[in-house]
Amino acid sequence: MKSLEELAKVRESRREALKIREGVPSATEKAHVMMCGGAGCISTKCQDVVDAMKASLEKNGIADQVQIILTGCMGPCDMGPVAIVYPQGTFYRRLKAKDADAIVEEHIMQGNLVQRLLYRTPGAKEPTPKVDDIDLFAKQQKIVLRNNFNIDPTNIEDYIANNGYAALGKALTEMTPAEVIEEVKKSGLRGRGGAGFNSGMKWGFAAASKGTPKYVVCNGDEGDPGAFMDRSVLEGDPHSVIEGMAICGRAIGAEQGYVYVRAEYPLAIERLSYAIDKAREYGLLGKNIFGTGFNFDIEIRIGAGAFVCGEETALLTSIMGKRGEPRPRPPFPANEGVWAKPTVLNNVETWANVAEIIRRGADWYSSIGTQGSKGTKVFALAGRINNTGIVEVPMGTTLREIVFDIGGGIPRKKEFKAVQTGGPSGGCIPASQLDTPIDFESLTALGAMMGSGGMIVMDDTTCMVDIAKFFLDFTVDESCGKCSPCRIGTKRMLEILERITTAKGKEGDIELLQELGETIKKTALCGLGQTAPNPVLSTIKYFRDEYEAHIKEHKCAAKVCEIEE
Amino acid sequence: MINLTIDNRKVAVEEGTTILEAAKSVGINIPTLCYLKDINVIGACRICLVDVKGARTFIPSCVAPVAEGMVVNTHTPELIKARKLVLELILSDHPMECLTCRRNGNCELQKLAEEYGLSEIRFEGARTDYPIDDSSPAIIRDPRKCVLCRRCISVCTNIQSVQALTAENRGFASLVAPAFNERLANMECVQCGQCSLVCPTGAIVERDDTEKVWAALADPTKHVVVQTAPATRVQIGETIGAAPGTIATGQLVAGLRSLGFDKVFDTDFTADLTIMEEGNELLQRVTNGGVLPMITSCSPGWIKFIEHFYPDLLPHLSTCKSPQQMFGPLVKTYYAQKEGIDPKDIVCVSIMPCTAKKYECQRPEMNSSGYQDVDVVLTTRELGRMFKQAGLDMINLPEEEYDAPLGISTGAGEIFGASGGVMEAALRTVYEVVTNKELEDINFTACRGIDGVKEATVQVGDLPVSVAITNGLGNARKVLDKIRAGEANYHFIEVMCCPGGCIGGGGSPIPTNTEIRLKRIDATYTEDERMVLRKSHENPAVQELYAEFLEKPLGHKSHELLHTHYTPRSNYPEEEC
Amino acid sequence: MVACSCGCGEDELTKQLEKVIDEYRGQPSGLIQVLTKAQNLIGYLPLWVQTRIAKGLGISLQEVYGVVTFYAFFSLIPRGRHKLSVCAGTACYVKGTKKVLKALRDVLGVKEGQTTPDSRFTVEVVRCIGACGLAPAMIVDGKDVHGRLEPEQIPEILEQYA
Ligand SMILES: Cc1cc2nc3c(=O)[nH]c(=O)nc-3n(C[C@H](O)[C@H](O)[C@H](O)COP(=O)(O)O)c2cc1C
Ligand code: SF4
Ligand code: SF4
Ligand code: SF4
Ligand code: SF4
Ligand code: SF4
Ligand code: SF4
Ligand code: SF4
Ligand code: SF4
Ligand code: FES
Ligand code: FES
Ligand code: FES
Repeated sequence: MKSLEELAKVRESRREALKIREGVPSATEKAHVMMCGGAGCISTKCQDVVDAMKASLEKNGIADQVQIILTGCMGPCDMGPVAIVYPQGTFYRRLKAKDADAIVEEHIMQGNLVQRLLYRTPGAKEPTPKVDDIDLFAKQQKIVLRNNFNIDPTNIEDYIANNGYAALGKALTEMTPAEVIEEVKKSGLRGRGGAGFNSGMKWGFAAASKGTPKYVVCNGDEGDPGAFMDRSVLEGDPHSVIEGMAICGRAIGAEQGYVYVRAEYPLAIERLSYAIDKAREYGLLGKNIFGTGFNFDIEIRIGAGAFVCGEETALLTSIMGKRGEPRPRPPFPANEGVWAKPTVLNNVETWANVAEIIRRGADWYSSIGTQGSKGTKVFALAGRINNTGIVEVPMGTTLREIVFDIGGGIPRKKEFKAVQTGGPSGGCIPASQLDTPIDFESLTALGAMMGSGGMIVMDDTTCMVDIAKFFLDFTVDESCGKCSPCRIGTKRMLEILERITTAKGKEGDIELLQELGETIKKTALCGLGQTAPNPVLSTIKYFRDEYEAHIKEHKCAAKVCEIEE
Repeated sequence: MINLTIDNRKVAVEEGTTILEAAKSVGINIPTLCYLKDINVIGACRICLVDVKGARTFIPSCVAPVAEGMVVNTHTPELIKARKLVLELILSDHPMECLTCRRNGNCELQKLAEEYGLSEIRFEGARTDYPIDDSSPAIIRDPRKCVLCRRCISVCTNIQSVQALTAENRGFASLVAPAFNERLANMECVQCGQCSLVCPTGAIVERDDTEKVWAALADPTKHVVVQTAPATRVQIGETIGAAPGTIATGQLVAGLRSLGFDKVFDTDFTADLTIMEEGNELLQRVTNGGVLPMITSCSPGWIKFIEHFYPDLLPHLSTCKSPQQMFGPLVKTYYAQKEGIDPKDIVCVSIMPCTAKKYECQRPEMNSSGYQDVDVVLTTRELGRMFKQAGLDMINLPEEEYDAPLGISTGAGEIFGASGGVMEAALRTVYEVVTNKELEDINFTACRGIDGVKEATVQVGDLPVSVAITNGLGNARKVLDKIRAGEANYHFIEVMCCPGGCIGGGGSPIPTNTEIRLKRIDATYTEDERMVLRKSHENPAVQELYAEFLEKPLGHKSHELLHTHYTPRSNYPEEEC
Repeated sequence: MVACSCGCGEDELTKQLEKVIDEYRGQPSGLIQVLTKAQNLIGYLPLWVQTRIAKGLGISLQEVYGVVTFYAFFSLIPRGRHKLSVCAGTACYVKGTKKVLKALRDVLGVKEGQTTPDSRFTVEVVRCIGACGLAPAMIVDGKDVHGRLEPEQIPEILEQYA
């Protein structure tokens, strides 16, 4: 891309071709089928549906008039495989290979929706055919996931058609680096990786830092066991991350970026590296971008299975080919990051916000959300809930709205018991706190955490002691072992929980857990250890009776623990 | 300057100072465990935590730099409680075998436990249980006692550039060991013992050979002679409570006699002899176009290092054995003949600041007398223990003299113990031998001091002799890389494996740190100045040895007894087919 | 892949390994990438492989081994032909990971981290494979996702992998 004009040309011509996805019937094409290709839908065999549909199109001689596109996760994974058929914008769910003929022959060829495959709001008589009308989607607000219904993640022009790379163009030609940083600061964007640090300020530190060269890093380690938001972005809209990073490169004066992705995400790695190649091909990465003299390129680094590598200093060390052990801060990465050079490190979701902020402005962005937490947040809803999957909501939405309005409540008429947010660093929030608006501060005040966005719903078949043990087991497994409170302390906490859940608990165990937990929080070296006790402390806080029942009466009401009675 | 408040006291320190150092400057000693100044600054153990106003967590004072206006408290009740709990956790994964532990009474962990008055360990549960590695003749590793402070890794990797130890596994299963938890003896470990010197606990200790020596001393059929390395006389006092830098030469001799050694000799004697041999070897190489630069060969840790890591440079090594290994064969040939003792009845013991010497004496080539030349090597630490066991108030004994002839030495031999000493001693002799003129000032101060790499050029007759001196293998590496690159225009290089030279050897009293090293170095040069003779070629006993036995430097007998060869070794385990 | 080589340098596997190393020769920062590729090639990372990598990148064997034992992906022992990665992420855990693991134990007779004696399967536990909506889930050979697992389905699923 040598100029903005060139970009505009691609955008206009591609937009024309994609009008069908905005509901405008096309003269040459009968339909675009956006088929979810996220992990959930892959597991429910979306590929079989695609193959069957292709065969059906062949059979009916219209293969050249219909496009089938595999997108990233669309959100409602438990209904998979799901698809949206344009121009009507019809949402189909639970597709099987044998449904292919019906969609092709009835819907695409004759324009009759296939009723039995449509979504029905629980309790409603009539189905809701249009994706935009479905509650589940209507209550969401999509910034990060702005493209995940309607672009082909492997087609850079699709991204460009949806205003892709316009923000980079703006940052390069209309704004000074300082203005870019100022805009991000003003937007109020806070890191989505967990800690919620103001991103613009972070960029400012790196920009002001003396060393050169500087680096931009994307944290795609997504280690929270029960979360896959970042994966959805990388698989569904990789260019949004690339663009965000390039904008930052411009703002702080970096020419090299790294994306650190966990090895468990092969498709994300594939899509991202393809996207990087394409961006290079289009001159959106590499030398002299838009003819402005700005150079920027990105390299992928693949993690090798260590949760702690999500921690920023560990990640940077891992990029350099070493054991991913955290180190004390200061020095902060903004001053000493990769190769001991100034480095900005942000989360995937954080990066995916950047281009929209630059394109639409800080004022627009900061109008969304709460006083202290701006914009939206993507959550991975799972556990004992009707609609599982990915949702994006404005900050400040209450837990109740997410669990009941969007998530559709608890299946089999069971009682809601708690929701766990923030994964192994987070905590369990009980029913009494359901009206808490979700933002960084409120969740921390409850002893939970925003974390990366995992949200696991639990009902009365869940034993809270067992859940606490589950998380601790995870942290013990994943502790790097460098500092003593975490290496030994979490192990001791786990051992105490193991005895409680096997009817060997002792008087005083709860207090010992609390003492250990509070101390580890204050003494551990990195965030892993500093937050590891949260799941235990928060369950003791809200569900102490369950602990007591296990210890004193050797009873597990949920009948999860293997206690012989 | 940065202004801050520590425990309600105003403190001003330079930017970049850690809270720990700032507190120390006003007399507040914050406890530490993993911290080792300049060597290991990783903030891992969490014992040194302090309360910094406004911080969410406690802050590790050993790594955290001061900041303007910072308000620090170092001993709030919460802190004491937190430190106690961290300590309790560490101890809950520790064997607590203090009574049978080498570091009993000198263990940093034990001391912390004592200071914090722990009364109970409330946590039962899993314990680290990796096997003890006693494969090395020099050091023994007991991972059960390891607190994973990583000081050993830092010293081995960053100071020695060997990296025979690393952090392995993760979480509770973490282990500090060679790859595959392989036995140290099979690895590229150079046996320098620097790790044992920095380990805060009994997880890495020297192999104890004192029982062998007690047995020999008690055996009436044995003639037990002992040699003391140059550095030991400025170290031994510390093992029984004297201040670092105390010179205890005469007391050491008296103590050894009290222990029952038949003869108390001095490695300083063979140090002088080394100068005669090595000095002549250098001259020969210079005149005959031999391989230059020539590099000293008296440090066995260094020898093993070059064999593993720079085998291509072995021809640069002087063929001279180390003073200890020159001494051994001389005792069992020259001395045995002179005294009419059957060499098989002689037990040759050395007192060394060095663990690598334990390894060296067992090298197969070190038996040119027909027997193992040196039978047992004790480190300074072990000798200190023997003195205690014997109830000897060694430091207060009346001074005594070494036995003749192998106890007669010069100041040149004495300074071998400090980095630069071998070079200085060599220059004193080479200068006078070549020029036939007496040196006006025999103090080559450019050779002295603790700097990692020192360089000097000395005009010897027509020839400007260019020399380099390094201590610590990481520094040696820099010079070796220069040689490989063809950029080292030196004639002679002194390499000492251990930082500061042997006065900081792996068998030295604990603690040994830069400050203490400097004091021992000072003591070494003081001792040199007190000597009547300060040049090796003036040593009458050495002259007599040549006249009676060896004939001349580099002569046939010398070659047989005093010179050796080297073995290229891989620094990776051999691949098997 | 063949999991047997003497490492003497003459065999095909060693040559391929050297090619992998070539990409990062003398560059310690490439260690994790090289290890990943080497494990893909050889199946696991025995001493001879680590030694060659250490030499090739110019680092100590200790450095290599320290990294190998830090990351869960690397294995020191040979693995089965098929890798069953059972998700034990939170969503799956609350929906029945324990049952799935028990079923695998019953059918295969091996626990997490173990390989069946016929080298057909290695069972391992992973934390979230991004199919939380279909918990409990398992992924086979890193690509086939099986969701909404019921213990009864296990034998049938395993049959697909010879
Ligand atoms: C144990 C641990 C694991 C973490 N894992 C992740 C992760 O998987 N992804 C992520 O983006 N941030 C993770 N973080 C947070 C990062 O350290 C860092 O704060 C974040 O990536 C910064 O980006 P942000 O400002 O955009 O949030 C983790 C932190 C800790 C302590
Ligand atoms: S808190 Fe845990 S993960 Fe973090 S440095 Fe300490 S041991 Fe490692
Ligand atoms: S059964 Fe036991 S572990 Fe489970 S919830 Fe009840 S008390 Fe807790
Ligand atoms: S290492 Fe220290 S605390 Fe441990 S047994 Fe030995 S003396 Fe006691
Ligand atoms: S200190 Fe206590 S435990 Fe140790 S020997 Fe003395 S009495 Fe026994
Ligand atoms: S003896 Fe020396 S080389 Fe061997 S492990 Fe210790 S420090 Fe490293
Ligand atoms: S062996 Fe000693 S020095 Fe090394 S990590 Fe363990 S306790 Fe620390
Ligand atoms: S190398 Fe050091 S310890 Fe060894 S003999 Fe020489 S001076 Fe003494
Ligand atoms: S420098 Fe001295 S103490 Fe160190 S290994 Fe060499 S001879 Fe031994
Ligand atoms: S994977 Fe298809 S909707 Fe999530
Ligand atoms: S001494 Fe500071 S953390 Fe160990
Ligand atoms: S928790 Fe199992 S797939 Fe996410």
